[in-house]
Amino acid sequence: MIPAAFDYAVAESAEHAISLLGEHGDEAKLLAGGHSLLPMMKFRLATPAVLVDVGRLDDLRYIRQENGHIAIGALTRHTELEHSDVLGDACPLLKHVASLVGDPSVRHRGTLGGTLAHSDPASDLPAAVLALGGTLVAKGPNGQREIAANDFFTGYFESVLADDEMLTEVKVPVATGGWNYQKFNRRAQDWAIVGVAVADGGAGVSLVNMGSTPLRASAVEAAIAGGASAADAAAVAAEGTNAPSDLNAEPDYREHLARVLVERALNAAGVD
Amino acid sequence: MSVIGTRMLRKEDPALLVGEGKYIDDIQVEGQLWMGMVRSTVAHAKIAAVDLSAALEQPGVVGAYTGADLADGYWIAPMPCAWPVTPDMHNPPHHPVAIDTARYVGDIVAVVLADSRYAAADAVEHVVVDYDELPVVATIGDAVADETLVHPDLGTNKCYTWALDPAPDATAAALDTAPHRVSATFKQQRLIPTAMEPRGVLAIPSPHGGDLTLYSSSQIPHILKVMVAATTGIPEHSIRVIAPSVGGGFGAKLNVNADEILAAALATKLGKPVRWTETRTEAAGSTTQGRGQVQHIELGADENGKLTAIRVKLEADMGAYLQLITPGVPLLGGFLYHGVYETPTFSFTCEGYFTNLTPTDAYRGAGRPEACYAIERAMDMLAAEVGVSATEIRRRNYVNGGDAFENWESPAGIVFDSGHYGPSLDAALEAVGYDELLAEQAARRTEGSRTQLGIGICTYVEICGLAPSRVLGSLGFGSGGWEHATVRMLPTGMVEVVSGSTPHGQGHETSWAMIVADKLGIDPAHVTVLHSDTAQSPLGLDTYGSRSLAVGGVAIDMALDKLVLKAKAIVAHQLEASVDDIQLEGGMLSVAGQPDTAVPIQGVGFEAFTAHNLPDGMEPNLQEAVTYDPPNFAFPFGTHVCVVEVDEDTGNTRVRDYVAVDDCGVQINPLIVEGQVHGGVVQGVAQALWEGAVYDDDANLLNPSLLDYLVPSAMEVPNITTSFTVTPSTSNQLGVKGVGEAGTIGSAAAAINAVCDALSENGVTDIEMPATPQRVWRALHAEEIGAAS
Repeated sequence: MIPAAFDYAVAESAEHAISLLGEHGDEAKLLAGGHSLLPMMKFRLATPAVLVDVGRLDDLRYIRQENGHIAIGALTRHTELEHSDVLGDACPLLKHVASLVGDPSVRHRGTLGGTLAHSDPASDLPAAVLALGGTLVAKGPNGQREIAANDFFTGYFESVLADDEMLTEVKVPVATGGWNYQKFNRRAQDWAIVGVAVADGGAGVSLVNMGSTPLRASAVEAAIAGGASAADAAAVAAEGTNAPSDLNAEPDYREHLARVLVERALNAAGVD
Repeated sequence: MSVIGTRMLRKEDPALLVGEGKYIDDIQVEGQLWMGMVRSTVAHAKIAAVDLSAALEQPGVVGAYTGADLADGYWIAPMPCAWPVTPDMHNPPHHPVAIDTARYVGDIVAVVLADSRYAAADAVEHVVVDYDELPVVATIGDAVADETLVHPDLGTNKCYTWALDPAPDATAAALDTAPHRVSATFKQQRLIPTAMEPRGVLAIPSPHGGDLTLYSSSQIPHILKVMVAATTGIPEHSIRVIAPSVGGGFGAKLNVNADEILAAALATKLGKPVRWTETRTEAAGSTTQGRGQVQHIELGADENGKLTAIRVKLEADMGAYLQLITPGVPLLGGFLYHGVYETPTFSFTCEGYFTNLTPTDAYRGAGRPEACYAIERAMDMLAAEVGVSATEIRRRNYVNGGDAFENWESPAGIVFDSGHYGPSLDAALEAVGYDELLAEQAARRTEGSRTQLGIGICTYVEICGLAPSRVLGSLGFGSGGWEHATVRMLPTGMVEVVSGSTPHGQGHETSWAMIVADKLGIDPAHVTVLHSDTAQSPLGLDTYGSRSLAVGGVAIDMALDKLVLKAKAIVAHQLEASVDDIQLEGGMLSVAGQPDTAVPIQGVGFEAFTAHNLPDGMEPNLQEAVTYDPPNFAFPFGTHVCVVEVDEDTGNTRVRDYVAVDDCGVQINPLIVEGQVHGGVVQGVAQALWEGAVYDDDANLLNPSLLDYLVPSAMEVPNITTSFTVTPSTSNQLGVKGVGEAGTIGSAAAAINAVCDALSENGVTDIEMPATPQRVWRALHAEEIGAAS
């Protein structure tokens, strides 16, 4: 619970943060809400030499609707998503999922960009962005690029983000079709043992904590697209997954939960 | 006006709520050094070598020590176990720092000292320990097998066998011939106590004055003082122990720990303040844990389900060493395995075993929740066996048919002060709406609902008010069970209470002020309580075992009686009246029938102080002391009903409702009583559904953080309806029993009875704690899962 020594720098702008990252290479980590990074540092599972604090970049805190999608600044706190009227009208799934992350103190610190960049397969919001078919905007020394959420996550706590890149914006489509989020856990504040996000009447379905990354439930999506019932679609929910084993759940139980929760989520989203 | 029984807000809370509490880490002193513990990363190993050289070169490091370094002159005796439960009990030496063998993950193998907490933590990482690993005893089962030994010198893992078995043959015969029998084995998983404030210690020496002030986040400053002296060799009269604000303990601060001994010894040797605060991970794996038992219980009953015999055999996990009262904890339940029921024969045997795990010790309820769990689970099984309801089997067996009783001699040979179990059950069933719940349960089953309703009932009894000193002596306990109180009225009429009870969240300052205010007829705000500092309160036996009110509070009440008598004598003298004619009412002393003679009792404090006009031979000042040794324990009881919904598809259990009807005798402050019940219920339900230390085959703790060790939060806490019956104790003059542990005693049993009731139609008869969703799902679908794999 006592972190190793580190240097600390406050970024004045995204560009400044990126130049600091370039300067320190993989020794540096961006600090946003700190609710994932700081606990890992306290356990000495992460020992970055430099923390680059981007938490004060208020120009990256916004939620606005533009041209058929919603643009969200990467430093937007979960609590701002949770209480956003824009999302309530145009993307209620994301608003709802944000309300289920951790507890109020986590939601007041944690940021959307932070949770995506952290790429924890057990986190709620990455799976929601995945189900929504979102796009992530990353800035680096050579300018910015857009990355489809589908292509973003590469492994356990790993993404395509380069050491000197930072997320600046997340775009999700306006999505008011049938939606639902099922989060199964033992305490409200915990990560999902298994979670299921359904967007757009079943066109987008994703799974939380069923592999090394947040996963698209492609088999379920295909079944729904082919006109299958919710029950039949749910039956293939574990296909293509690689469920982890931990004290809460072994893989066979997780696969079972995925099937149960996918059916519930589809039903709640209006798919019979 | 009576103050006792009112819902007075706690005097402690305003200061605590605005951050004025002084916990260990709030006390910082110049020149202090931080200890950093190098802890064994393996469960059992010879310590081949410890290399401190790199650590000693780290910035800020002023010293580093192995066990061998310290054994020479830093302590004079191993760490204390104060409860040798049998004359032949094995108590292998337990040094603050292991000398040649590490016996659990977390065992201290070296200590570093540095000028900051960060420097100490960094230096710990630079100590290189070479372990020669040994085979591991990771479970009670491994220990019983006795093939691998935790302490090879002993030749066995068995620590002791303790029996309360007056008529084994009669018990055996009754079981053999019983028309109805139940035989069950239950596992009490290890629990991690998890007080909100971790443990911490600060030792401040006075190198030239020769004395030592030891701050510790402890439940037992008085006992700690004695034990630090006995272990370190520092003369007892040179030690002052202070437990400042203490943020919870739950039994895990009822101990004498290596860190306390090390801080005292190092501070004294170096002449510098030495401190340490555990991390949450250290708290989980190195501070004592609770429970850790395998329970075998057998019931025999006649055709009508009336008990004819109970036989219990425990295997209790001591962990790697004996801490302060490790071996005695299971025995505190030994007297209660028949619960609230009459039985002609009763046999109890407990075997303690060493394992390569963290030592166990007291945890809220300490032996009694385990006992209640076994008998109350077994009674539900007996009901199924006999074919009667869970309520009916209890009514048929309650002591005295469920009617009121006093001074009942139990089958375990102790005397229950008072009880009245029938109305407790009636009240709980009515409050929970039992008939409606039964109808709903049946309807769900008829409809084929996938969410089953379960109703779990538990009537508990516990032993509180520890304890008559002679009884403790007969059990081998190394201390008495008395408590001390001094009450003094200051010249201005304010009252100081000096109590040997040591609060760590219970609200003693409020309750003690209420007892004083009630007796003297004064404003509770005019009372202050001095406690938890051996210089202010030199005599005391501290707080555990729900003893504070029934022993410490009664001592205050008795001291007040003496103080009132003296005040009356002064007033009688000054009014030239007979002391027998002086009455105290509403804070005024007067000659009976002569209201114009009334003088405020708070003015008598000044009269006693000036001593201008006292009866001949009377000592000045109004101050009285009582050291009270209770004649008997007190036996609170109650009935809890837990209502759960179990999702058959996910295995998830939701606690829908919880009713607690408790009887702790006379209540001083119902607000505090309710708070204790709420917390206790949550702690017991937590054992049933969420908590449990999990170890792998190599005895590594797999859930040493609050990420994985699931202490429930406000979101999981069920709605709890509390109500009370009041059956005064016959053991003391206040009629009080104690309530600190009551909520915990019956709640795990009520919760698991509810889960098993929900699943009873699915052929599930028992489920191991904690009843996790996965565990429930596997129990429900055992056949399909088995077929699929």
